[in-house]
Amino acid sequence: MDSAVFVSVILSVISAATPLLLAATGELVAEKSGVLNLGVEGMMLVGAVVGFAVTLTTGSAFLGIVAAAFGGALMALIFSVLTLTLLANQVATGLALTIFGIGLAAMMGASFVGQPVDKLPSLYLPLLTDLPIVGRILFGQDGLVYFSFVALGGTIWFLFHSHAGLVLRAVGDSHDAAHAIGYPVIAIRYGAALFGGAMSGLGGAYLSLSYTPMWAEDMTAGRGWIALALVVFATWRPLRLLLGAYLFGGITILQFHVQTMGLGIPAQFVSMLPYLATIVVLVVISTDRSKIRLNAPACLGRAFHVTG
Amino acid sequence: MLIKRRTFLKAGAAAGTLPLLGKTAAADEFKAGYVYVGPIGDFGYSYQHDQGRLAADKALGVKSTYVEKVPEGADAERVIRSLADDGHKIIFTTSFGFMDATLKVARDYPDIYFEHATGYKRADNMATYNIRFYEGRYIQGVIAGMMSKAGVVGYIGSIPIPEVIMGMNAFILGMRSVNPQGKIKQVFINSWYDPGKEADAAKALLDQGADIVAQHTDSPAPLQVAAERGLKGFGQASDMIKFAPNAQLTSSIDQWDNYYIDRTKAAMDGTWKTGDTWGGLKAGMLKMANYANMPDDVRKAAIATEQGIRDGKIVIFKGPINAQDGSAKVAAGQTLNDGDIASMNWLAEGVEGDLPK
Repeated sequence: MDSAVFVSVILSVISAATPLLLAATGELVAEKSGVLNLGVEGMMLVGAVVGFAVTLTTGSAFLGIVAAAFGGALMALIFSVLTLTLLANQVATGLALTIFGIGLAAMMGASFVGQPVDKLPSLYLPLLTDLPIVGRILFGQDGLVYFSFVALGGTIWFLFHSHAGLVLRAVGDSHDAAHAIGYPVIAIRYGAALFGGAMSGLGGAYLSLSYTPMWAEDMTAGRGWIALALVVFATWRPLRLLLGAYLFGGITILQFHVQTMGLGIPAQFVSMLPYLATIVVLVVISTDRSKIRLNAPACLGRAFHVTG
Repeated sequence: MLIKRRTFLKAGAAAGTLPLLGKTAAADEFKAGYVYVGPIGDFGYSYQHDQGRLAADKALGVKSTYVEKVPEGADAERVIRSLADDGHKIIFTTSFGFMDATLKVARDYPDIYFEHATGYKRADNMATYNIRFYEGRYIQGVIAGMMSKAGVVGYIGSIPIPEVIMGMNAFILGMRSVNPQGKIKQVFINSWYDPGKEADAAKALLDQGADIVAQHTDSPAPLQVAAERGLKGFGQASDMIKFAPNAQLTSSIDQWDNYYIDRTKAAMDGTWKTGDTWGGLKAGMLKMANYANMPDDVRKAAIATEQGIRDGKIVIFKGPINAQDGSAKVAAGQTLNDGDIASMNWLAEGVEGDLPK
């Protein structure tokens, strides 16, 4: 494999991993606060269509990206009102949110089908971007790729090195105790869920503005579910999330290379690998209770009802 | 009239409880029904069918109903049955996987005309129709053979059924007619429509040394990838030049319009007969998008090839044709008949890689 091909493969892997990383980072924060939102796929689609529509009509990709985050957050707001205020079941509501999001995005996007939009601009730094091999990989990405790393770094700092993050995790681990101390459990969960929605929206926008710059119905094609699986795969640890997203992205790309190179490994098997890995991880963490207790939010998916 | 599947089923159930009302309302006007496998927003296969529906509605003043995103399987039968119950006089089911469901419903409703696209099962009230897409792929092959510097085309397949295989073989035959060393590297993505996966597959193929992308999947994503790398490719089902003004060489465009108009008209005036229609360039069911982004000599060759296919001077599946391993598959002087073509399950020489099993 010569260096040009190597660079190109790495670039493909980065673009396959970025939407997963964005959406999964948001979901991880939401889950850490105890909110299990299975509506990631729907939120991503709404983000994708809103980001595309705003970029196309205003001509500004930046506005499009901001709008996509808002779109995702609005979807999460619907979810939050239903589950946190009205105490609906989180699993059922999340599934409904996905189905709703698929339909809503298709409806909003109907008039945008078949329209092209310019791909997000990539960074270009004279000299640095022209460096062999590392140049394009490190200094030639678009804004959302860099943002996915910034957001992940920010999340790590927030969750594990800030007071507010500690409170958020406390709410996720024991909402009763957090409430007893006087923390606003519902408000914190609203915040985490909205952040999750916004990040899903950005993941969707990456798809419709950079990955494949177009709007097409169901264009996420299950990536929202992979993002959800990634959070479990990472056992709620942000750095493992990064590893997982790039592993999933890498395998996505690898399966096609395996096919064209004729290595004799069925491509279906290769594309199965990430899911197999997720199941294995699930089994492993389920057999060792201490591992679950260490990272999984104890109150994940449980409704909090203020008493007294 | 747009009806999503869910609400449609509800409406169908409601109509079932009031059979009399349903019948009197239906008697007044001629209604046509269409069942699509994808969203009409795919800008590819289902989109083109819907353009055909709109053309037929306009030409004949017919009221039609369409149901999109219908999964191939048990759901399809329910949808088709509801359309039949609801007074539609002719029903077009537009995907291979609707075949058995359509046949089953057709047996129960002898007075309704059924039309199934791309299948091979027929009945007195069920006809089949298809487009010779492979004719367009042969022309694409000729263009690619003249344009590709590496002599390698990256070909994105969907699902390894005869329809896709015959297209791939026609492409390599066209390519090798101008470049005997031409090669296809292929990848199957196991889906008709997944823009992200299509883009990934295109990137992988280009990384593997291909310098032109061809696709048997429905989104413009592979073309966009080619454009981004300053390379060329072919659109699919509809004209995708808007997505890649500097990269699309041409596109095979499905033209269902005339067929839908003719058959609906026949159903209206009672002259409808069952049968099998497999039309290509000559019948006007397949059209090539403007030959763009290529030198004049290539354009001339493409136009000559198109004309040759139309006149019958070029017969695509005519021997000698070798199979992938170099063994003779079609002897010199022999020509494959429609039955052989429609059941093709072997790859021709020049296509690399196995079919997924």
